Amino acid sequence: MAVASDVPKESFRLSMLIYDTRYRSITIQLFVLVLFALFLAWLLNNTAVNLATRGKEFNFGFLWQRAGYDIGQQLIPYTNDSTHFRALLVGLMNTLVVAILGCVLATILGVIVGVLRLSKNWLVSRLMTVYVEMFRNIPLLLWILLSYVILSETTPQPRDFRVTDEMAAAGEAPAATMMLWDTVAVTNRGTNIPSPLFDRGLGSLDIGFMTLNLTTLAYLAVIFGSIWVNHRILTAARTQQETTGDRPVTWWKSVLVLLGPVIALSVALGLHMEVPALTGFNFQGGILVAHSFTALVIALALYTAAFIAEIVRSGILAISRGQSEAAFALGLRPGRTMNLIILPQALRVIIPPLISQYLNLTKNTSLGIAVSYLDLRGTLGGITLNQTGRELECMLLMMLIYLTISLIISALMNLYNTSVQIKAR
Amino acid sequence: MASELSFVRDKMLPPSAPPVREAGAVKWLRENLFSGPFNTTLTILGIVVIYMIISASLPWWLNSVWNAGSLAECRDIVIASAGEGATGACWAMIRERWHQFIFGFYPPDQYWRPVLAFGLLVAALAPVLFAGQKKNMSIILGVVAVFLVVTLGLAGAPVGAWIATLGLLGGMLALAQVQPGKLLWFTALFPALCFWLLWGGSVWVPIVALMGFAVMGVAYTALVARLGPTGSALIAVFLALLWWLFIDVPLTQVIDGMMPWGLVSVDSDQFGGFLLAITIGVTAITFSLPIGILLALGRQSDMLIVKTLCVGFIEFIRGVPLITLLFTASLLLQYFLPPNTNFDIILRVIILVTLFAAAYLAEVIRGGLAALPSGQYEAADALGLDYWRAQRLIILPQALKISIPSIVSTFIGLFKDTTLVAFVGLMDPLKGVTQIVRADINWKGIYWEPYIFVGAIFFVICFGMSRYSMHLERKLKTDHR
Repeated sequence: MAVASDVPKESFRLSMLIYDTRYRSITIQLFVLVLFALFLAWLLNNTAVNLATRGKEFNFGFLWQRAGYDIGQQLIPYTNDSTHFRALLVGLMNTLVVAILGCVLATILGVIVGVLRLSKNWLVSRLMTVYVEMFRNIPLLLWILLSYVILSETTPQPRDFRVTDEMAAAGEAPAATMMLWDTVAVTNRGTNIPSPLFDRGLGSLDIGFMTLNLTTLAYLAVIFGSIWVNHRILTAARTQQETTGDRPVTWWKSVLVLLGPVIALSVALGLHMEVPALTGFNFQGGILVAHSFTALVIALALYTAAFIAEIVRSGILAISRGQSEAAFALGLRPGRTMNLIILPQALRVIIPPLISQYLNLTKNTSLGIAVSYLDLRGTLGGITLNQTGRELECMLLMMLIYLTISLIISALMNLYNTSVQIKAR
Repeated sequence: MASELSFVRDKMLPPSAPPVREAGAVKWLRENLFSGPFNTTLTILGIVVIYMIISASLPWWLNSVWNAGSLAECRDIVIASAGEGATGACWAMIRERWHQFIFGFYPPDQYWRPVLAFGLLVAALAPVLFAGQKKNMSIILGVVAVFLVVTLGLAGAPVGAWIATLGLLGGMLALAQVQPGKLLWFTALFPALCFWLLWGGSVWVPIVALMGFAVMGVAYTALVARLGPTGSALIAVFLALLWWLFIDVPLTQVIDGMMPWGLVSVDSDQFGGFLLAITIGVTAITFSLPIGILLALGRQSDMLIVKTLCVGFIEFIRGVPLITLLFTASLLLQYFLPPNTNFDIILRVIILVTLFAAAYLAEVIRGGLAALPSGQYEAADALGLDYWRAQRLIILPQALKISIPSIVSTFIGLFKDTTLVAFVGLMDPLKGVTQIVRADINWKGIYWEPYIFVGAIFFVICFGMSRYSMHLERKLKTDHR
């Protein structure tokens, strides 16, 4: 009877660290860790030495000093007496507003173009292909520069809008006219648009470190309230549909709930539009939107829309034809097929790359430097950096902020991905 | 009697012609353009848009002026020939300044060097891009030869360079017929040659640096039988590092003192235009692919520390805009490097752009790795292949094939991003050169022409890349569905 002898008890040898798969990964990881630590130490040491030789120190105290420069476009109150930190916030707001506006416009345009590219209409699908290929293969910087140059060099001067008495008598039209029922004027200095004004505004509340605009807060509260109530109405309708089989008509309730309170609040606060008007040599009243902003938004939206169009197209193509055939076999109408069968599956394919396009757009707003748009890079990474000479702190802080924005967006994306994932059994 | 009255037709009737609306152009129009009210509306809208674009721009194109000294002169010529109020393109600006768009401030009498480097770049890429396609390779080499013969002549290259180029390309063409695989050696040597052609200086700098690789190769082959692949590779790399750190510079000086052969050296700040964009783009593309593959493998690895480091690096780079990284290259590297080290700004930019592209490539390749069925990994393990062999022979060929479209679009993005180097003071074709041209009093106020010219060149290069990726996908397609 054969007895299986025990495996001889092996002793540990040094070579096993490399040749034994049980220990090898630990060896490699330790080696990498040590290398990385050495590299970090080398970097930090260099930085310390360099800072010392330049007589600089590493601290963020400069953020609380007076900034001393003006920013054209400011969403929160800011003067050149404000701190560098305040300038940073203004820059961040400017970055975000371009990013959000760009994302919205790019999505609308991109979806339309993507769907039209799949259209059976030969002419339209070719046109859309030309658009997509043109924008995808030419650098974004060109589109930004070109739109800026066209906006600022081909638009009329404010004085071209003037109608003098002689011209009125002779029945001549001025060299340029305002658009959209005389409310918007595009001049070489910027775009003048109407601004909302309130007769009975709520004023603002000072809570120490910042001031809150109560009017804005009231609007936000009303809008979120209406959305919540609308959500409740829809939920109730769904419950009723599931229990009785009848879906109550809700659209007029939704319209009423969503629009009514906002309109009521506007009337209560006395909302009216202040239209820009030509007085003297320039337009007065309303808001002057700088061309750098307009050009940046237009270029980013057009450029990103081309990428989004491709994503939408491939998302729809990814759904096999069998899905829609099966839906038709079940007797669903084309509209419901789209809503219930195709879109939920296509969105699962579309959303992740779509969000990474949003991320790209957000990062690309930093190209606003090409048209001197004062976004985060223009304030913190531009003027503040040059004035204080603190390259290290400014750049690190700026990278950190961009990184935070990106990580927040990708965290949201992961959340969405896990929620729509096909549950594998 | 009955047989005479046949009710059965014994000859086929000729088929009657289809109705007009079901054949030919009419059918195509009906199906593709006017199949319903919605489609008809779209078609009409499309036609209106096309008409508007053409009616606005066609006269401008037709009235183009190629011979003028300034924008005002251009406009005068247009008005003289086409009447008051007519507009016309002023390509005279391109005619006068095209060399700045292409070469930046590169010394004009040395223009033949970038031209030669570009031609040889195409020749060096041919064996890689069209591996195993003898016909395509020969066509490309032939075209490059003709291109270089003409352009070198026009650029006034020295006769020696002309003859050497012809000899080199002739040799390559001959080799392509016999042993196309051997052409890869030229591709391997090309970076050193290109560096020397573009920046100039002593010919011994690239040669002695290349000898470091020779040292590495000799050491490896001598030791591999005794120490096995890992150990001998480590020692070979170590020896090569020793060569580059301690022997390279003095040896170069000694040889250069004896035989001072070389070209006029050109500074980095004289580079500009598409010369700069292509230099940065091609170098970064070449180096980012291997780094990206390593990062992707690291991210997929089981080793926690390696994985964390790779994830941290990738997410950091992908989370910040390229501009901030370029500013890091121009402003912060002086803090991170030992005091008083200062190296070339183009090199710094190339390194940062490479790392940037590598992080994006890593994500793309990770997608390809994740898309492989786990059976492939298990099969590789079952065959007893070690990690690197499994990756090289089984996993990566398939994963890279899956991710070709995304890899190429990352490359396209990288090439487009080379325009951003304008923000760290380099002269890219788009912002740098165009700004200089537009600042000239003669060409002040010109905007469509430079942007159309630069945009068209970018379009051709990027569109070419995306077409090549489609070609590659078709060539590598192995499924027979």
